[in-house]
Amino acid sequence: MATIEAIPVATNPTGPTKRITTGKVRAHQVQNEGLIFEKSSPGKRAYKLPPLDVPEVDPAALLGDLVRDNTGNMPELSEIEIIRHFTRLSTWNYAIDLGMYPLGSCTMKYNPRVNELVARIEGLAEAHPYQPESLSQGSLQIVELLQQCLIEITGMDAITLQPAAGAHGEFTGILLVRAYHESKGNARRKILVPDSAHGTNPATAALCGYEVQNLKSNALGMVDLEELAKAVDEDTAALMLTNPSTIGVFESEIHKIADILHAKGALLYMDGANMNALVGKARPGDFGVDVMHLNLHKTFSTPHGGGGPGSGPVACKAILEPFLPTPILVRRDDKTLGWNFDRPQTVGRVRASYGNYGMFIRALAYILANGPDGLRQTTEDAVLNANYIRAGLQDFFDLPYTTASMHEVVFSDRRQAAKGIKTGDMAKRLIDYGFHPYTVSFPMIVSGALMIEPTESESREELDLFIAAMRAIAQEVEETPELIKNAPHSTRVSRLDETTAARKPILRWKPKAE
Amino acid sequence: MRYLPKSPSERVEMLDQVGAASIDDLFKVIPAEYRLERDLEIPRQHGESEIIDFFKAAAAKNGLVGYASFLGAGCYRHYKPVVIDSLVQRGEFLTSYTPYQAEITQGTLQAIFEFQTMICELTGMDIANASMYEGSTGAAESIMMAARVTGRHKAVVASTVHPEYREVIATYTQHQGLPTTVVGYNAETGRVDLDALAAQITEETACVLVQSPNFFGVIEDIPAIAELAHAKGALLVVSIAEAISLGIVKPPVEADIVSLEAQSFGVAISYGGPFCGVIATKEKYLRQMPGRLAGQTTDADGNRGFVLTLSTREQHIRREKATSNICTNQALVALMATIFLTVYGKEGVRDLAIHNLAKADFAAKTFAAQPGVKQLFSGSPRFNEFVLQTTETPADLNARLLDQKIIGGVDLARWYPELGNATLWCATELNTRTQIESAASVIAATAVLA
Repeated sequence: MATIEAIPVATNPTGPTKRITTGKVRAHQVQNEGLIFEKSSPGKRAYKLPPLDVPEVDPAALLGDLVRDNTGNMPELSEIEIIRHFTRLSTWNYAIDLGMYPLGSCTMKYNPRVNELVARIEGLAEAHPYQPESLSQGSLQIVELLQQCLIEITGMDAITLQPAAGAHGEFTGILLVRAYHESKGNARRKILVPDSAHGTNPATAALCGYEVQNLKSNALGMVDLEELAKAVDEDTAALMLTNPSTIGVFESEIHKIADILHAKGALLYMDGANMNALVGKARPGDFGVDVMHLNLHKTFSTPHGGGGPGSGPVACKAILEPFLPTPILVRRDDKTLGWNFDRPQTVGRVRASYGNYGMFIRALAYILANGPDGLRQTTEDAVLNANYIRAGLQDFFDLPYTTASMHEVVFSDRRQAAKGIKTGDMAKRLIDYGFHPYTVSFPMIVSGALMIEPTESESREELDLFIAAMRAIAQEVEETPELIKNAPHSTRVSRLDETTAARKPILRWKPKAE
Repeated sequence: MRYLPKSPSERVEMLDQVGAASIDDLFKVIPAEYRLERDLEIPRQHGESEIIDFFKAAAAKNGLVGYASFLGAGCYRHYKPVVIDSLVQRGEFLTSYTPYQAEITQGTLQAIFEFQTMICELTGMDIANASMYEGSTGAAESIMMAARVTGRHKAVVASTVHPEYREVIATYTQHQGLPTTVVGYNAETGRVDLDALAAQITEETACVLVQSPNFFGVIEDIPAIAELAHAKGALLVVSIAEAISLGIVKPPVEADIVSLEAQSFGVAISYGGPFCGVIATKEKYLRQMPGRLAGQTTDADGNRGFVLTLSTREQHIRREKATSNICTNQALVALMATIFLTVYGKEGVRDLAIHNLAKADFAAKTFAAQPGVKQLFSGSPRFNEFVLQTTETPADLNARLLDQKIIGGVDLARWYPELGNATLWCATELNTRTQIESAASVIAATAVLA
């Protein structure tokens, strides 16, 4: 028998331990699990190929000196070990399925399971982008209906579903802006970006060859019309605006913003990250937006999956339609659907094939499940939830902008920071209460921001538990600040050393030196 | 609405608590003229069973069931082990966000770390990122990365790179002051024309980008191309669209950057996405790499843990000076690939690759033996794709194949008119001998008719 390592006896046996409950949390076991490579042993297998029904080949004869003789340190395990490995890893994650995930600007809403089922239907999941159009009419019909729905929801005239994510949508949208201006003989030089914007906005403008000019927000956290009027000139290509803004406030003078831009021939780009506050209640196309992206993984319930895949359709007004990425969906004379590649003014392709198609299916399933009444109710509930949290917490946390909140509310850690506790510390403590933290330190126009977006998916019970947890933390700041500084206390790892991770990066496993 | 967890009376009570008389009070900040006072004109609310029926009907309308397919060209049909879907549908993976809060996302972070390691092992590179959107954008980002590394602003791209990838590269680089030129292929071998390449690389060339196996399925001479690039101080970027090839084809270790499309590792084709790109490179280029990275570290008690690291390259810190505007990656798809690679493992990726070699070899020989058919580049090493030149037009040939429920090769005329009636075929482990022989008999019928 192999040597079996003895388990060390617990050093502080205290007899029966009292199970402690914190809010909605009581600890339970999770299992340790090494890296997959550490669990591997030669000769184990989790696969069985069918017998080869064609003549065997000698790779060396076919490939010559290009043949690979060793696939390196790839793991070797059996199927049950693989299931346990990844299941154990999964139990170390927090998820929407476990509880409220109030990451502001990320719209962590429920991901309906029927979406997953329909995305896997064989005749759709196995469709190949180069299969004949005659065998793709069902797949294309889904594209057409989703496009129609998104055009109606945004109040725009045309759309492309090609971009793979929000930032990719921004890139596409700004390329449209550029192509539009170029068609008028001058690409123009700069893009205006408010100081409250997502970091992707300035990064995108730079990627499209534009200079970025930052625009200072006014005292209400909104676009300062005077500043804007001063900044906009014949060299301005567009303003990239998030509406509602990143502090969750609707730009109530949006029409004036659009007018100022349009008067100088500049365009209004809207970052649709916060569309969950508007669907069924207001349409960007109606309030002056020329081009915008949507995040199907935010507003339209496709799963975030631990960071992707996303999908970032771009909707635009008719003036920008000629420039959309190629191909675009068309209905041919014989009523069949197909792709049109003949687009002389196109900005080009932004991605191979037609986009993250699997996300189109999920988003359309979500729209069908809701209908017009459901989408409106969803938006109303999202806004109601944010305001409920604001009402429940505004006596405990500083609210730097008191303008009416839409789907998210942004507090500042000003009061707590005075006691040495920052937003990031309180975020970590929130984990002990069974919640994912809110978005920390963003937007940058709020010092020590706590950006809270509950979405419509939270019941009043869960919201009440969250409010109670935040109030308890506010009290802990006064009474037991050390408890917060070292939080979280209930997770399988404590705060990780990020400095060393960045200074001496270990980005892959390596076998121990023989 | 069944996804909304509130009763009507709870809504009324909550409105009362926020001090609003009605829900409309909360939307008053939107100027009246912009409030939508009607229903959206979209389909009515559907029951769950209706939704399933709707998509099943769409699938039926495609009518794909029962067809054999020889399509590849960047999207490959491979078997997907059942455990992949069982595991990625766990809510803790599916419904989690980007792992910014490391203490409660160790599962995702460790899985990404394992993914990065496997990609390094397979590509022969030192480091790999957490994923990119997919192969074409990954290739474009690789060129931009090479420009940052070298401080040079030109790129040479092989015409044997996937044409759609080349289109995306053109879109990305056009406003970067980064002109690209195209280098052709040798008509005999289907490989990059080395003489032409040597002539095009200059002291201003940031990188050469090739695909291997290339769009014709031919494996490029990576060491020779690397030598030409490096002689002028340019980097070599190798794009790999068919990742299974790495099981039996030598990895491009002479490259400086490898941009891989990992769709072949257990990801459904799904009409072209979502897929999973990834960039791997030498350690010395780490700081110029776009995208997320998971790194190993320890917690205060000395336990091993993982975090997203080196984010000072990224947009949320650097804004307009970031290495890329990329934000999301393809974490869940990368997880599929990780599980796929774990299931097949060290021996399996090789066995699977050999099956692909064998099927494609048999298919190419069987098809090429038919009258009126010539296999192009037949003397060159290839993986699971090959090009046929036929006397019949691709449209006619494919129409006859479709009648027999066979989807033939991709017509190359759109991108390579010089090849005449040429089609690109792919045979994977999923193509049976029967399918191959049936297709051959349909192909053979042409000569009789002609």
